[in-house]
Amino acid sequence: MIFNGKAIKYGDNVDTDVIIPARYLNTIDKKELASHCMEDIDKNFVNKVQEGDIMVAGYNFGCGSSREHAHIAIKESGISLVIARSFARIFYRNSINIGLAILECDEAVDGISEGDKVEADLDNGIIYNRTTGASFKTQPFPAFIQQIITNGGLVSSIQKGDIK
Amino acid sequence: MSMTMTQKILAAHAGLEKVEAGQLILVDLDRVLGNDITSPVAIREFEKIGATSVYDKDKVTMVMDHFAPNKDIKAATQCKMCRDFCDKHEVTHFYDVGQMGIEHALLPEKGLVVPGDVVIGADSHTCTYGALGAFSTGVGSTDMACGMATGKAWFKVPSAIKFVLKGKLNKYVSGKDVILHIIGKIGVDGALYKSMEFTGEGVQSLTIFDRLTISNMAIEAGAKNGIFEVDEQTIAYVKERSDRDFPIYKADEDAAYDETYEIDLSEIKSTVAFPHLPENTKTFDEIGDVKIDQVVIGSCTNGHYKDLAEAAEIFKGKKVAKRVRAIIIPATQDIYMKAMENGLLKIFIEAGCIVSTPTCGPCLGGYMGILAAGERAVATTNRNFVGRMGHVDSEVYLASPAVAAASAIAGKIADPVEVMK
Repeated sequence: MIFNGKAIKYGDNVDTDVIIPARYLNTIDKKELASHCMEDIDKNFVNKVQEGDIMVAGYNFGCGSSREHAHIAIKESGISLVIARSFARIFYRNSINIGLAILECDEAVDGISEGDKVEADLDNGIIYNRTTGASFKTQPFPAFIQQIITNGGLVSSIQKGDIK
Repeated sequence: MSMTMTQKILAAHAGLEKVEAGQLILVDLDRVLGNDITSPVAIREFEKIGATSVYDKDKVTMVMDHFAPNKDIKAATQCKMCRDFCDKHEVTHFYDVGQMGIEHALLPEKGLVVPGDVVIGADSHTCTYGALGAFSTGVGSTDMACGMATGKAWFKVPSAIKFVLKGKLNKYVSGKDVILHIIGKIGVDGALYKSMEFTGEGVQSLTIFDRLTISNMAIEAGAKNGIFEVDEQTIAYVKERSDRDFPIYKADEDAAYDETYEIDLSEIKSTVAFPHLPENTKTFDEIGDVKIDQVVIGSCTNGHYKDLAEAAEIFKGKKVAKRVRAIIIPATQDIYMKAMENGLLKIFIEAGCIVSTPTCGPCLGGYMGILAAGERAVATTNRNFVGRMGHVDSEVYLASPAVAAASAIAGKIADPVEVMK
């Protein structure tokens, strides 16, 4: 899996309340959720995000609630990959379960600025900053998790009989 | 090899003699929980799987608490989706308006969790049941869907941080102050991916409700779970509510912990978390004049009878300050009833508070007490993120029921010791 897009960058502790405020949780409509994505920290996000863009953030991304509406909103808005220094654990497992690509990489967070063109090769665990020419190595996922991602999420893994 | 409390519970549910931190395992689930916000997404995924029935109709549990009683047409539609699903699959433990309470107060009260259980819930505060010596953790709707279909979930076995408690809490200091103190110390990602295990002679001095509050906010330190060693109090509480037999797991003497903290409960002071992170804690020697507009006493964190009683002791014979709105939310119908029978509701209403039906409502900025731009609330809830209780320019200060009640009377963030002088 290879992703290409421009970087949209945020800081530490981006919580699920700002990714999708609870006042919009009275719906499960994907497009409606996406239309409010990041609204409480970045009103301009929905205007600037383009299909394939890559979100880059600091420590503890996705902390707070277990709401998968956050992943749905990010994915539906067009974001292909989130790179952070670390993820809150529920956000981390939900990402794997619904097939939202994520990577943990300190060096990439340091070496990517807002608007940079980024390419990420998930199979080989390499992130390229095409604007600056830098590249960063990440840890690949364990095989069990990689299998869920390859299957397209947890639901598909159950359908395929990988988890009984 | 030795194991932590959490690791022992996970090993037993994975059919393994031993597990170690970092190992990926598939475990059997004793309960799968959802609410009116997360269950609709789970139901949509459950239907995608093509499952024809839930794995165990007595173990799947849904509680309509976040936007119930329905706050608007969309919320009503989501509750209806849950209700129809539970009717179709003959789900035993479906709690709707009339029976419902805030899920993490309701499940322990109904005896639906016993020590040694593995519980997943599509709500981040599912970690609450660690107070009863269970492994419980928040997951997303997809995990809930797959859990409902298969009765299993995958986990990476966590390492742990040990908290050795000693001593006793002072008057007007409670479990909320303990957990805020800990989060202030280790940070909002201080226990990321890890278990928090609470042990030591100090545990016995904490009521089950203090423990429920402490475990409830383990997630606010990033933890996977927050678990207490089972003692006589736990056994008495659970046996009163459940006839299930349960094993008691203790950590091995030589179990490995990433870190160990010793906490003297007698040294903990009333603690307030300032906006916009639960780790921004201050004690009263560092808090100046902070005027407030609203107080909320309730939520899965602090909506227990004990919490209401502590607030009532402070409100008794006093009045809520002018221009402060005080909202009291008993977490369950039983708590509401007991508060009525024991005269707590009268104290609250005479003081100028309102008393609401159980709901998560204002805690997550849903309804029943939303803040305008520039407003401040002291709340016994669990998160003070940007916009959590309303406008992005409003502020939430997290505190104990005693501090919240004292603040309502003083019209500013106030120490109960001062208000009761």
